Amino acid sequence: MLIIKDLKASIEGKEILKGINLTVKPGEIHAIMGPNGSGKSTLASVLAGREEYEITSGSVEYLGNDLLALSPEDRAREGIFLAFQYPVEIPGVSTTNFLKTAINEIRKHKGQDALDAVSFLSLMKEKMKLVEIDQSLMSRSLNENFSGGEKKRNEIFQMAMLEPKLSILDETDSGLDIDALKVVSNGVNKLKTKENATIVVTHYQRLLNYIVPDFVHVLYNGKIVKSGTKELALELEEKGYDWIKAA
Amino acid sequence: MSKDNQILEEFTNSEYKYGFESKIESDSAPKGLNEDIVRFISNKKEEPEWLLEWRLKAYRHWLTMKEPEWANIKFPSIDYQDVIYYAAPKQKIKPNSLDEIDPELRNTFEKLGISLQEQKRLTGVAVDAVLDSVSVATTFKEKLGDLGIIFCSFSEAVHKHPELIKKYMGSVVPANDNYFAALNSAVFSDGSFCYIPKGVRCPMELSTYFRINAANTGQFERTLIVAEEGSYVSYLEGCTAPMRDENQLHAAVVELYAAKDAEIKYSTVQNWYPGNKQGKGGIYNFVTKRGICAGDHSKISWTQVETGSAITWKYPSCILKGNYSVGEFYSVAVTNNFQQADTGTKMIHIGKNTRSRIVSKGVSAGKSQNSYRGLVKVMKRAENARNFSQCDSLLMGDKCGAHTFPYIESDNKTAQIEHEATTSKIGEDQIFYCNQRGIDDENAIALIVNGYCKEVLSQLPMEFAVEAQKLLAITLEGSVG
Repeated sequence: MLIIKDLKASIEGKEILKGINLTVKPGEIHAIMGPNGSGKSTLASVLAGREEYEITSGSVEYLGNDLLALSPEDRAREGIFLAFQYPVEIPGVSTTNFLKTAINEIRKHKGQDALDAVSFLSLMKEKMKLVEIDQSLMSRSLNENFSGGEKKRNEIFQMAMLEPKLSILDETDSGLDIDALKVVSNGVNKLKTKENATIVVTHYQRLLNYIVPDFVHVLYNGKIVKSGTKELALELEEKGYDWIKAA
Repeated sequence: MSKDNQILEEFTNSEYKYGFESKIESDSAPKGLNEDIVRFISNKKEEPEWLLEWRLKAYRHWLTMKEPEWANIKFPSIDYQDVIYYAAPKQKIKPNSLDEIDPELRNTFEKLGISLQEQKRLTGVAVDAVLDSVSVATTFKEKLGDLGIIFCSFSEAVHKHPELIKKYMGSVVPANDNYFAALNSAVFSDGSFCYIPKGVRCPMELSTYFRINAANTGQFERTLIVAEEGSYVSYLEGCTAPMRDENQLHAAVVELYAAKDAEIKYSTVQNWYPGNKQGKGGIYNFVTKRGICAGDHSKISWTQVETGSAITWKYPSCILKGNYSVGEFYSVAVTNNFQQADTGTKMIHIGKNTRSRIVSKGVSAGKSQNSYRGLVKVMKRAENARNFSQCDSLLMGDKCGAHTFPYIESDNKTAQIEHEATTSKIGEDQIFYCNQRGIDDENAIALIVNGYCKEVLSQLPMEFAVEAQKLLAITLEGSVG
């Protein structure tokens, strides 16, 4: 599904990603762990198409196509979803209105008709139940005055609505208490299928108790320095990132 | 160039959608302004002597006045002798019914999405269509007439209801009020008149659609709305003009009169031709709008969506004379390219326990200048007057300007006046967030701007809120890439 080869990216002349190699297949969950400043969020942003990063070398193949040639909106329309570490507030635009616009743009891209109000609302209802999100959030301005937990839950709800093929969760666990963490993880697990894949970017092992990865990669100084199975995360938790740094 | 700037560069590439010119023969006055022209107009409209005298008096006063210079707008001086003050579409016969209207005329309005055929028109909206200097048609007249509501062109009202015109015309905006109001009073051509009798709630939206078609022509319409005791009316005006290289002058006067317990809701969607991307052409829009809450517990609410015109100079105001009367002003002003807007309101608190609320949302893009100018004045005997003002500015790019000029004058210690102002920019983060959900830059900007203006747009009657949202999107179209 996703093949990243020797990907290098920099911002304002400073190289952040220094040759990433990663292959993700349908149905897999990959966790990317690493200390602050190792390039985790940069990787997530580059995959989503943030333009302030300059790709200096390497390639990213997504579903057989050159991902880096696509605009951010086309990547989203082709099924890439980024759950933001810091979801952005858009005053005056309700989650409902925002998602309706998003879904219909994606449908248009696929040559489908816009969803009518009734089908849209019933889809909303179904997915709200799935990720245990409160109706009252839907009519409020997107992310405005949302608590940290509400924002993250809303990201997962959007993911449920847009049904992506590849989801990238960028530090989705940050700022969540244990109950919210469970709810969010539950949502992610319920959305899991054999066809879609998930990349979980996280600093802590904690999240991986709930979202169990097939593979764990440790990112340090712009490179994946170690890969393994879920046990690697536990080892990291025990020994700390210094263990990797020393290696 | 950063992505923000790129987006905003392209933002300025949108085209004006209403710029077509209709081939309609018109019957017009020679260029220029003098007493003979005033007489010519009055004569064309077969007006009574008293009205001619009223016009002449206004004209003579205008001659003694100077163009106001205090607004934050710049434009080459207007040659008032180079303007045609009267143009009327030639119609072979006076139409007795809507079916007899010249098809070309009817097409003009159909193209604008205004059907003059009642059965096709949105139910619940009556329309008065004004082309250049005359009213072309008014729909649903009979139906409204059954309730005692008068909705007709200003000229018709002069003939059929002279006592009402005499009583109210100039009572809120005197002929010598300001330079442009005086000019309008001298040469006004047509406009709409509404009268809602005591206790009647007008069952449909009343709407006037103004269109400037002829070249070199100024449009000077007057609108007068009188709401008698306990009545209610919601009124909407819309305006467009063809694309022309020269600037055209539009100086209108709107007067609202609300008696005890009456409520008038006045909405404007102003989309005059704004000029091209280089700032050539466009309408100079100098408008005086004022309402008086004459009776206790009366209410006047202005809502405006201003997207057009090269220059907008307009301050829809409320004189809160009745005790417990309420004035509201909700405004969205969008400027792009070289547009300039200096707009706001005046809330004059005279009666006791009067309240006013001002919500102004400015959006500036391109190289435009957008100013809010507002006055809240509390007179001596206005015990417990209250005002709340909120003025927000949204900037797109770094070549435009947003300015706020709030004036507060209070002569009563019990007054409570609150003013809040914010300035923000559309963030790259917001646009990227939308992109990441499959929404392209153009739609992202439309979504964000509509969200920002929501508080004002939600004041518009349903049918027009949708239209206004589309209009915002069109104004911002092509802004991205």
